[in-house]
Amino acid sequence: MKNQLLLKNAGTMLVRVLFAVVAAFPIVFMLVSSLKPDQQIFGDMSSLAAFLPVGNISFDNYGAVFDRVPAARFLLNSVGVSAVTVILGIFVNSLCAFALSRMQVRGKKIVFTAILATLIVPFQTLALPLVWWVNQLPYFELNGFSLEFSKGWLDTYQVQIIPFIANAFSIYLFHQYFESIPKELDEAARIDGAGWFKIYRQVVMPLAGPATATVAILTFLPAWNSYLWPLMVVQSEELRPVMIGIQYFFQLNVSWGEVMAYASLITVPVVVLFIAFQRSFVNSIASSGVKG
Amino acid sequence: MNKKLTKVLATSIAAVALTSTLAACGKGSASSNEGSGEIALWTHNAGNPDELAAVQKIVDSYNGSQDKVKIKVQAFPQDSYNDSVVSAAAAGNLPCIVDIDGPNVPNWAWAGYLAPLELDTDLSKHLPSTVAEWDGQPYAVGYYDVALAMMARASDLEAAGVRVATMEQPWTKEEFQDALTKLKALGKWEHPLDLGTAGTGEWLPYAYSPFLQSFGGDLVNRDGFQSAEGALNGDEAVEWANWFRDLADQGFMARKSGKDSTQDFLNNKSAIVYTGSWAADKAQAALGDDLVVMPPVDLGEGPKIGGASWQWGVTSGCSNTEAAMDYLSYSLKPENIAAVAKATGAIPASEEAAAQTPSFAEGGANRIFMDFSREYAVMRPETPAYPFIATEYGKAVQDILNGADPKSTLDSAVKAIDANIKSNGGYKN
Repeated sequence: MKNQLLLKNAGTMLVRVLFAVVAAFPIVFMLVSSLKPDQQIFGDMSSLAAFLPVGNISFDNYGAVFDRVPAARFLLNSVGVSAVTVILGIFVNSLCAFALSRMQVRGKKIVFTAILATLIVPFQTLALPLVWWVNQLPYFELNGFSLEFSKGWLDTYQVQIIPFIANAFSIYLFHQYFESIPKELDEAARIDGAGWFKIYRQVVMPLAGPATATVAILTFLPAWNSYLWPLMVVQSEELRPVMIGIQYFFQLNVSWGEVMAYASLITVPVVVLFIAFQRSFVNSIASSGVKG
Repeated sequence: MNKKLTKVLATSIAAVALTSTLAACGKGSASSNEGSGEIALWTHNAGNPDELAAVQKIVDSYNGSQDKVKIKVQAFPQDSYNDSVVSAAAAGNLPCIVDIDGPNVPNWAWAGYLAPLELDTDLSKHLPSTVAEWDGQPYAVGYYDVALAMMARASDLEAAGVRVATMEQPWTKEEFQDALTKLKALGKWEHPLDLGTAGTGEWLPYAYSPFLQSFGGDLVNRDGFQSAEGALNGDEAVEWANWFRDLADQGFMARKSGKDSTQDFLNNKSAIVYTGSWAADKAQAALGDDLVVMPPVDLGEGPKIGGASWQWGVTSGCSNTEAAMDYLSYSLKPENIAAVAKATGAIPASEEAAAQTPSFAEGGANRIFMDFSREYAVMRPETPAYPFIATEYGKAVQDILNGADPKSTLDSAVKAIDANIKSNGGYKN
């Protein structure tokens, strides 16, 4: 009986390892190819050597990446834009969800339904009208000690951030999680003299860690992977995010080693973030009954 | 002041500070300040340091030659360049000077993005494929063109008993079939021919419509550009489609080649690669004297290649058109064109510039590409409908390669193209 159980466990483990290996292949290929010259990448393609750091291995491709693309600047831009989007997104969406979950406001169900309905509309259909709109918005900048007003948000950082702060799916996730937190806690806090904001800040949010982590990841990933929008609204090189950078490599003679090196550079932060939040992420997805 | 009010004030100040910080450090430098004598120039060369440096050098030279205006370069990655320009046009935020892929010029001119060129340069001295016209007027001019060719190893051809094709005597359809049969029989390659069938986008019409034209078909009827009926689905076009698919059916080429055909050829995964002048230096460095550059196959109407590469135009909304035209005229000096050709390995747009470019001067290693361009180049149809035609043709090529019936696939493409032209009022000016 014990042997049978051991055999079953070993079988399950083997299947898991096989799945893990298959899933890891593209990433291993990317990392390994980033260390090889182009000719070798293609030469190794038909053998297992494609996944092994063998042959003419060096970090030359990484050096070439920084020669071709201002990669450090792009990384910094993406980290900044993604971080601000995540922080403001958590704040704004959780506040909205809190109001919809806790406050007694007439018509809140209609509001919640309307918010959810926006999930149906794909971003691509809104992109062009949104470009027009953001170009009509007032813009101000500090020039010494005076504020100068002009029109249009194109070619700025905020145009990459502000349209993506409010997010229907994040509101939904927070709302579902808040619903699972007993309302008696609010009432107890209220008896102790707490206002709505204090209940939100000191009672509900500290209990909503998994939902916050999930929203953080689900906001971070599209912000980090953002391509179409910055392509449309950002013209200056110094403001571009990492995903635009990948296009720098697709010239008539593509250097695939450099492509792989750049792809490795921009993948690592995402993998690190996912590993850091993995437990909370899985917990929250499981508890909210949402399939990703 | 009570505690609550203090918090509200503190939060408001923090919010304003955050927004101000974003605003203060966030505005980019791409938007030109034309009022102060600055003109923006957009180019597709981000990630292409050699060509970008050559363009920047011309701009620096022009900026140093006068003090009325300053040209400011903003580079974009090539693959996403068109999207960036179209978005900027939608927002009314185009710069004064743009570069444009040649076949898109009529569409951009028709859409009102571009102004007709008024230059102090004699464009008749340029290769015809480097000047884009629409409605009888020039709208863009390029420093260079590129040319398609077939490359092989002389030693492989000799081993198979196949002669090297030349401009005087290109391969005929029958000779090409015979050459591929003999090369395949050597057993060195799974597919002896690589036509770059993994390519997408503009590669499909650029690379394969010349074969169609060599058969006698075309993408559209060029008389008025009002219909593709007969041109893209006539007997010659169907013959082309069958021939093209047979190359894959007979195992001469892969239905989907590797991602980088030139690299595969250099790694000896194919005997003949269909690529362009841009790959010549790399192939020459790798193969030396064993490399042979041959014209495309004569499929009936002579060898054909696609004409037109990246070109420069002035936008219709430019507030200082005179200065923009002045810059373009300056940039077209032979020495500037030669400098770009040296940096990129592309075919210089004029003979004067070629004479200053050793590899393209008479007897130069790459001179043959200039001859290909002059003798074989067919402009992609100069109509605003071209982007749509190109998309439909590209889809048809992929469907045919994957086994779709040639006649009905081409009929569908023609139907879609004609409907598009009709729904746009014939793309009349």
